[in-house]
Amino acid sequence: MNLKELYQEIILEHGKNPRNLRKTDNFTRDAKGNNPLCGDNVHIYLKLNDNNKVEDISFEGNGCAITMASASIMTDLVRGKEEKEVKEIVTDFLDMIKEKDELNTQLLSEDEKTKLMCLSGVKQYPMRVKCATLSWHTLTSAMNNSQEIASTED
Amino acid sequence: MNIDQIKKEFPIFDNKVQNNDLVYLDSANSSQKPRIVIDRIYDFYSKEFSNVGRSVHYLAVAATNLYEQTRTSVQKYINASDKNEIVFTKGATEAINLVANTFGQKYLDEGDEVLITELEHHSNYVPWHFLRKSKKINIEFAEVNDQGEVTLEEIKKKITDRTKIICVTHLSNVTGAILPIKEIVSFAHSKGIPVLVDGCQGAPHLKLDMQDLDCDFYAISGHKMYGPTGIGVLYAKKKWLEDLPPYQGGGGMIREVKKKGISYGELPNKYEAGTMATAQVIAFNESIKFLEKIGIENIEKHETELLDYAVDLLGKNNSVNIIGNPKNKGGVISFTIEGIHPHDIATILDEDGVAIRAGHHCCQILHEKLGLPATARASFGVYNTKDDIDQLNNSINNCKKIFNLK
Repeated sequence: MNLKELYQEIILEHGKNPRNLRKTDNFTRDAKGNNPLCGDNVHIYLKLNDNNKVEDISFEGNGCAITMASASIMTDLVRGKEEKEVKEIVTDFLDMIKEKDELNTQLLSEDEKTKLMCLSGVKQYPMRVKCATLSWHTLTSAMNNSQEIASTED
Repeated sequence: MNIDQIKKEFPIFDNKVQNNDLVYLDSANSSQKPRIVIDRIYDFYSKEFSNVGRSVHYLAVAATNLYEQTRTSVQKYINASDKNEIVFTKGATEAINLVANTFGQKYLDEGDEVLITELEHHSNYVPWHFLRKSKKINIEFAEVNDQGEVTLEEIKKKITDRTKIICVTHLSNVTGAILPIKEIVSFAHSKGIPVLVDGCQGAPHLKLDMQDLDCDFYAISGHKMYGPTGIGVLYAKKKWLEDLPPYQGGGGMIREVKKKGISYGELPNKYEAGTMATAQVIAFNESIKFLEKIGIENIEKHETELLDYAVDLLGKNNSVNIIGNPKNKGGVISFTIEGIHPHDIATILDEDGVAIRAGHHCCQILHEKLGLPATARASFGVYNTKDDIDQLNNSINNCKKIFNLK
C-alpha cells in the first residue's frame, strides 16, 4: 500500500522521462546539490529575466526515481514565476514534506498542487525524504547565488 | 551444518520487521549478533565489570584476564605467532589509521609511493590520503579488470622503486573478488615492501592464517564477524609493533611519565591508550567461539553454495546486471537493474523485509571506474538460506512490476 503511494504513476513517469533535464543556455544563476551517501546529485540552472521572472529552469544530474521526479516536477512548476513566488512555493513544499498535510500556496493551480502532493508519499520513508527535497534545496541555493553545494543529508 | 538451528541463535530473527520475516542480506555492512555475544555484554556489565589493567582488586584482575583471553583467542583464530601481535582498536578503520599514521611518520617521505587498489574501501584510502598532505607522498592505484578483480600481475606492474607499502583488500565488498594475498605478499617481500591487508570482509568468511599469509598488517572488524560494534583488531608482525612509534597517547600505554620525558609501555599496551571497549572485547571472544564451533571452512562452503545459487538465479533474471565476475569470489553480489535506481530497489525490497544496501558502499573510486553512481548489494552471512535468495529474486521481480519492466 505504502509503496504504491511512494511510487505513483506520475512519479515513475517523471522519473523515467524527466522534464527539463538539460542545461539552460545563458543561465544567470546555478547551484549544485549532492547527497554523497546516496550518490545523488543535481545541478540546477536558472535564467531570470529583467523582471526577475524565471524565464527558464533546467537541471542535470542523476539519482533515484524520487530525486529525478521531484526535480522534474519542480522545474515545470516554477517556470514563469517571480523570484519571490518561487521562494514561497519552495517553502510551502518543504513545509508540506516536513509536517503539513497539504500545500497552502495560492500560486499554484489545484492540478499543480495535486502533482506535487504525489511526492508526499516519502513522508512514510524518512530515508527518502532527502531524495524528494534535494532539488528544492538546490534551487534555493541557486536563487541565493550560493557557491556552496546543497545537501539534504545531515 | 544446520542453518535453521544456527539461525535460532540470532534473536534478531525472532521478531518481524514491518510484519515480515527478516531476510538480512547486508552482512558485508555489519553482521547480526548471536545470543551468546549479546548475553556476554549484559553479563559482563551486570556481574563482572571493572576497568582492565589498572587496579589490583578482584574484579579488575578478573576483567583483565577476560580481556586478555580474547587476545589469545584471536591470536589462535588467525594463527598469529605471538599474542602481542594482536592490538585491539575501535574497528578496522582505526587499525588502518594506526598503521598509516605510525608507518607514515617513520618511513614515508616526499615522493614515496603507497600502492593501493581501485577496489579499496574508503577506509583503506583516506588514511593514506592524509599523508599526501602531511608527507607529500603519492598514492598509486592498481587497476581493477573487467571481472572486478585485481591481479598479481597488475600489482607487479604498479610497483616502483618508490613503493614503500602495499595496501590491499582481502575480499572486495563490492565485486566479492578474493585477492591472491599470499602471492602478493611473497612478491612484495622479494622487493622488500611490506603489505597491509584490509581484512574486513576476509575475516568473517575465509580461513585466516597469518603465518601462512605472511602479511605485515591485517585489519579486522569485529562487528562484521558476529561480534559487537566498537571493536576491531590490528594484527601486525611483532617487529613492526616494536619498531613503529605509538599511535595515541594516554593512560595505559606508558611505562614512566616525567616532566622531562616519557617512556612507553611494552606490547600490546603501547597501542592501547585509554580505556578500551572492554565489554565489547570480552564479548568478541564469544564471536570467535561461535565461528570456531561452526567452523570457518563450513561457513565458507555454505556461503559459496549460496553465492553460486544466487549468481545463477539472478543471472537468469532479465534486466539484472551483476557487477564483476571474479574467479575467486566471496558472498557478495552487487547488481543493478536496468531502469531502476539502486535506492528505489532497496526501498522496494525493504517493504518485503529484504534488507540490502544501496549506494557506493564506501567505494567511490571503484564506482567511478564502473561508471555507476550507485549499485545495489546483497551480501551473505552464516544465517542466510536459499529461501532468502528466492525471496530476494521475488522482490526484485516486484520492483520490476512496480516500475513496469518486463
